[in-house]
Amino acid sequence: MKTYTASIIVSLRRAILDVQGKAVENALHSLHMQGMANVRIGKHIELDVQAPDMESARATVEEACAKLLANPVMEDVHIDIAEKAAGASA
Amino acid sequence: MKIGVVTFPGSNCNADAEFGATITGNTAVRLWHKDTSLPSGLDAVILPGGFSYGDYLRTGAIARFSPIMQSVIAFANDGGIVFGICNGFQILCESGLLPGALIRNEGLSFVCKDVNLRVERTNSPFTRALSTGSVLRIPIAHGEGRFTAPAEVINEIEANNQVLYRYATEDGTLSSEANPNGSINNIAGITNARGNVMGMMPHPERACDPLLGSTDGVSVFASLALELSSR
Repeated sequence: MKTYTASIIVSLRRAILDVQGKAVENALHSLHMQGMANVRIGKHIELDVQAPDMESARATVEEACAKLLANPVMEDVHIDIAEKAAGASA
Repeated sequence: MKIGVVTFPGSNCNADAEFGATITGNTAVRLWHKDTSLPSGLDAVILPGGFSYGDYLRTGAIARFSPIMQSVIAFANDGGIVFGICNGFQILCESGLLPGALIRNEGLSFVCKDVNLRVERTNSPFTRALSTGSVLRIPIAHGEGRFTAPAEVINEIEANNQVLYRYATEDGTLSSEANPNGSINNIAGITNARGNVMGMMPHPERACDPLLGSTDGVSVFASLALELSSR
């Protein structure tokens, strides 16, 4: 078994108005930071997972996302997985 | 009739829901989130409002996996009457017993005020004591009450007449001004396709005594009582 670190980004589905993102975008514009648009706010979840290989680590994390970490009715997920460097601690 | 009211860590409307359940002559039974089964002879389950498990991750996301919910899900799948109010509605959506999801209010703020609800149909266990088109004045108190679902799910909900309550003006007109949270189609309460599970964001249990400014919530519990006595 190896240890993998998963970095998961959960964000509202594109079709759903992200009111937090909109409010932050308006705040940026009120700071005269023009040229910024489409602000989206989401959640970042990081976790370690034990698995024999990268594929099964990803499958486990995808299952966790589908069951608990995200709600597919309203959210999209993006998962990055990397093998944890030896000696690295949380 | 025995109506169970579940208390999760963070529930704060459980006592009010018990009160609502009893005003129409039924008995309220306290249920605990760690219970692994429902008492025998239970006629209905209410999931009350509050902030179960601190609303961590998403509203209702953790409560959905609490031990009692496995029994509540089985009870609903057997045709049992399950009624979710506010956080209870959010838990029912997370558990898949109701379609859609409840997300952050359009205006970003927590909204606590009385709203007008138009009754959309009366042939459901939850609206039997009401008349179609009548308007109830009942309070809301939530930060995440914007009902949303993919377009095809909304079409299905509407085609099946699953919407029981919509936010409206005093005279029953639907408008965006009367919509306190940006819910699609002003949806405030829905049932599942089978009709035995219902969720609503407004709090009928907080409108059951003249001292609290409205008694319009009584008819919601009276509907439930009427349904249970006819089963």
